[in-house]
Amino acid sequence: MDAQLFLGVFTNENDVLNATRASKKAGYPIYDVYSPYAVHGLESAMGLKPSRLTYVCLLFGLAGLLLGVFVQFWIGSIDWPLNVGGKPFNSLPAYLPVIFEVTVLISGLGVVFSMLFRTKLFPGKKAWLPDIRVTNDHFVIALIQRDASFNTRAVQQLWQKYNLLEAKSLSEVVL
Amino acid sequence: MSTLYSKLRKPIIEGDKSLSQVTDDVAKTLETKPTKLWWFAFLLALTALVAGVVAVTYQIKMGIGTWGLNKTVGWAFDITNFVFWVGIGHAGTLISAILFLFRQRWRTSINRSAEAMTVFAVICAGLFPIIHMGRPWLFFWIAPYPNFRGPLWVNFRSPLLWDFFAISTYFTISLVFWYIGLIPDLATLRDRAKTKIKKAVYRVTSFGWNGSVRTWNRYETVYVLLAALATPLVLSVHSIVSMDFATSVIPGWHTTIFPPYFVAGAIFSGFAMVLTLMIIARKVLNYQEYITLDHIEKMCKVILATGGIVGLAYATEMFMAWYSVNEYERFVFINRALGPFAWAYWIMVSCNVIIPQLLWFKKLRRSIVFVFMMSIVINIGMWFERFVIIVTSIHRDFLPSSWAMYKPSIIEIATLLGSFGLFFSAFLLFARFVPFIAIGEVKGVLGYGRTNKSAPQIGHTPEPKLEAVEE
Repeated sequence: MDAQLFLGVFTNENDVLNATRASKKAGYPIYDVYSPYAVHGLESAMGLKPSRLTYVCLLFGLAGLLLGVFVQFWIGSIDWPLNVGGKPFNSLPAYLPVIFEVTVLISGLGVVFSMLFRTKLFPGKKAWLPDIRVTNDHFVIALIQRDASFNTRAVQQLWQKYNLLEAKSLSEVVL
Repeated sequence: MSTLYSKLRKPIIEGDKSLSQVTDDVAKTLETKPTKLWWFAFLLALTALVAGVVAVTYQIKMGIGTWGLNKTVGWAFDITNFVFWVGIGHAGTLISAILFLFRQRWRTSINRSAEAMTVFAVICAGLFPIIHMGRPWLFFWIAPYPNFRGPLWVNFRSPLLWDFFAISTYFTISLVFWYIGLIPDLATLRDRAKTKIKKAVYRVTSFGWNGSVRTWNRYETVYVLLAALATPLVLSVHSIVSMDFATSVIPGWHTTIFPPYFVAGAIFSGFAMVLTLMIIARKVLNYQEYITLDHIEKMCKVILATGGIVGLAYATEMFMAWYSVNEYERFVFINRALGPFAWAYWIMVSCNVIIPQLLWFKKLRRSIVFVFMMSIVINIGMWFERFVIIVTSIHRDFLPSSWAMYKPSIIEIATLLGSFGLFFSAFLLFARFVPFIAIGEVKGVLGYGRTNKSAPQIGHTPEPKLEAVEE
């Protein structure tokens, strides 16, 4: 879908936070907000839901746990039972450290790769920046401007209250 | 101007930095040519590394008979170095993960370098068991993979195998955690890069990061998850290292307090190393406004706390040796304090327990020179702790006829020197090529301790007020 983005540039965390809340309240569809660091509260101001990656992490953790359990039991009791000091072949307590390490390793790597996959980040990707200063010291709110009913002047007036630095339209964006 | 600052909190970063100033300050190190001092330090570290490489090559060619080990003392220098380096690494994870979970926001200006320190320390640590295997080219045999030797599997009941899993997991997770933290900063550098090469390198390494809040939201979630995973991980790693000793039946090793004792000691020694590195770095790289006296004082407090635990562990060991009425246990501890290695024991006690008590004085905690010397003293003390634990427990074993002394060979000393060379050359390269301070995280704490809770503004723009949230 082709759509225009209407961008507002801010220079301060509180301004962008308030402006985002005001835009959301006024009912403008927010495409995204860009910030040089993680501004706490921006995600709720935008109305984003908490990420589901925690569940992904849990699933990977469970997979790691099962892998750790099964590999050790299979090796220790089925494939090559080894008598170590007369202890039982399926001694869970001795297996716990490796089970724990495998769980941590797989859940950690799993959630990181899931995050990279979900956010479409990969080595060498060309970054799409609404403004080159957004990784340094500027904040950008990007609203979706679908048709002529989008009143850019009203938006600008709304943003002016929050020390808007500049506003601009971006047309050649494919959403 | 006084209205700018909160009455309750002091800003973490000094000098009223604006957002772009932070970027400039951190990027400056990477964009200027290295100083003579850096070259001097780097060449020194490289020389030590070369000495280590020569020594390791020699001992691999000749076998570990080139070490000072004998029939009684089967573990000594090599394992001491291993435990020492693993311990150093723990402070980095403590700063990056545990302090993060505890919302200690002062960690932001030291976490990047402390994590780098962790990664390099774990590399140094990992080398020692590999060298100790004698045939390091068969190192991969420790991994359980289907093979044509049976398939013959590893022994999952062995703490040495747990160690392999713990150290390699720790290294992987630390590296990933560190790199994930780096991505936004690499994007910042990408967008200010001037040369073609830099642009290309940062483009590849920054993964196309654009500061989108949708991405930040997921990124922060993953960051918390990694911190929550790394916290028990770091505790497990040194616990498992301690089980290498504790699960044996050697008096002096066979104790249940080893895991917490080792973890506290690891954090203690790691913070000492962080202080050594930070005190030099803040001066040489001009980061005094980022790594402030408050940071140093807080780290001293951590040292004081963990040092107290270590002191308590020493006392507990002594007490239990007496209280258990086990004559072998008693002998080992009397031998430690009064036997032929008493000098090492008393170096350990004075460096780790007695001298650090001076840190109770605020004036000394805030004296850079004193803290720097203290950090070196603790580093030495903690190296000796591992030496004492390992060597004094085994050099006089159950059979007096096989009692022996241990003296390191020149090869072993050169290997230790080489590990320091590796550590410092890696750290110096890190300081030149990677943002030393987490730009993105420091920007987030600029508003801390200021009345409007936001970063100082540049020039003419008015300081905005915090608006009440309307839900």
